[in-house]
Amino acid sequence: MRRFGPGDAVALGLGLAFLYLPILYVVAFSFNASRLVTVWAGFSTRWYAALAQNTALREAAWVSLRVALAAATLATLLGTLAAVALARFGRFPGRTLMTGLVYAPMVLPEVVSGLSLLLLFVASGVERGIGTVTLAHTTLGLPFVTVIVGARLGLLDRELEEAARDLGAGPVMAFWTVTLPLIAPAVAAGFLLAFTLSVDDLVIASFTSGPGATTLPMRIYSQVRLGVTPEINAVSSLMILAVTVAVAVSGLVLRRRSSATR
Amino acid sequence: MTTSEMTPNLPPVTTPPIRWRRALVVGPPLAWLAALVLVPVAIVGKISLSQSAIAQPPYRPQLAWTLDAERWRAFVGGLGIDNFRTLLADDLYLLAALSSLSIAALSTAILALVGYPVALAMARASARWRPVLVAAVILPFWTSFLIRVYAWTAILKPDAWSSRTLMELGLTRGPLAILNTDTAVVLGIVYAYLPFMILPLYATLERQDATLLEAAADLGASRMQAFWTVTFPLSGAGLAAGCLLCFIPITGEFVIPDLLGGSDTLMLGRTLWSEFFANRDWPLAAAVAIVLLAALLGPIVALREIETRRQDARG
Repeated sequence: MRRFGPGDAVALGLGLAFLYLPILYVVAFSFNASRLVTVWAGFSTRWYAALAQNTALREAAWVSLRVALAAATLATLLGTLAAVALARFGRFPGRTLMTGLVYAPMVLPEVVSGLSLLLLFVASGVERGIGTVTLAHTTLGLPFVTVIVGARLGLLDRELEEAARDLGAGPVMAFWTVTLPLIAPAVAAGFLLAFTLSVDDLVIASFTSGPGATTLPMRIYSQVRLGVTPEINAVSSLMILAVTVAVAVSGLVLRRRSSATR
Repeated sequence: MTTSEMTPNLPPVTTPPIRWRRALVVGPPLAWLAALVLVPVAIVGKISLSQSAIAQPPYRPQLAWTLDAERWRAFVGGLGIDNFRTLLADDLYLLAALSSLSIAALSTAILALVGYPVALAMARASARWRPVLVAAVILPFWTSFLIRVYAWTAILKPDAWSSRTLMELGLTRGPLAILNTDTAVVLGIVYAYLPFMILPLYATLERQDATLLEAAADLGASRMQAFWTVTFPLSGAGLAAGCLLCFIPITGEFVIPDLLGGSDTLMLGRTLWSEFFANRDWPLAAAVAIVLLAALLGPIVALREIETRRQDARG
């Protein structure tokens, strides 16, 4: 690549400003003293205090957290199994079908996934609620886990597993003691992505959820439709903070791990 | 290949456990995906051929789990393409389809124009800075999509602080008047999907062989000529992947047109949503889903093709 020039600095600067300014705008206005979201009236934390009183939002956050934990766990288990099958088993009956089905949820428009899952739940007489949203979000996250873990498996030196087998380990033992520790960062990244996709999803949750299972994005969406409120700015800022901390911590952990193994 | 095929001398007792173990690995994810991806899409296809009815669930005929041939005949007889006729007969749906595709095409073009220089700058940055820049582009993607779109509703308000600042700076004459228009929808889409465009482009550009540019310079090419004859053509696969990764979800987008668009912003995702939630016409919503899938089939197959080829190239 050619050397980094002044034009590149401008492109990067503008690009990153475009990506970050709207987020900073929301955070700044979450500390606005005025109820009007359009006028700056001095610094205040009153909207964070108001948030603590908002039981509807808190309940929705709790629903989202439970759904995301369960869905990301299931998606990580199933997605890792699928990745192992696709990366290690060569040809097996159902391989083509599996490849296609792993790919499909990543490219299906959200409204189509949501509608199709809802129609499945209705046709099979399942009562809609936290359970059905969890099933839907597991399906949403599974392919991404498979892609991330599969990429890592593809880079792994197969001889390590073969060495373990030669030394007498069974396939399960070899996977557990050799392969799994080596793909652990990818499994963790897959879990994190599946978790984020679940916490973030509005459309699929709206279709598949039932009474008493309002997720955080559903609650935020219904409040946003009524107008911009400082409380939503505050809850958004808290979510942005949580994501930033999570990404920073996982980045540090992964870096330490990779330097430790080297 | 199973063990028995490789070593026919071994007693067959050793083969069943391996097959059985493999089935335990393949079975759960395959069964899950078949039940929650394949079957649901088939049901959408079936219900798109059904009729709306005032019942619970609101469509007929209902699928009957029976061996009674008469009921099956009645079921098949009850199916028809009326919903697709309705979609064709009403200009509203045709406009929604065309508008989805044109908004997606326009946004994708702008994304390519905005994303390319950023990806190029990232690829040209020093090796120490590159991971930091990649992280900086990914971080907004981890932040809630809904909140990032919502931010624009706050920024684009005509009486917002941002609007007044722009006026005071003399950059705009009057208050911002783009919230609830197609312009705001395109702006929101470009903002939300920018990482999807930058990352595949960066991946392609970063791997390019620097000696190719040196060769071009040695042969007398100017920097511009070298870019257009070497760098750009070689980034074709990354550009195509980025464009398709954006175009496909944008076409079915619901949240952005709903929050930033006006009541006249028609997009298929929004049409499907309102047929389902507001009009409770499930069969018609299913038919819209089928139309959306049909429109995206070409791009989806193309993306699959590009990704497979890129993986093969990587080895």
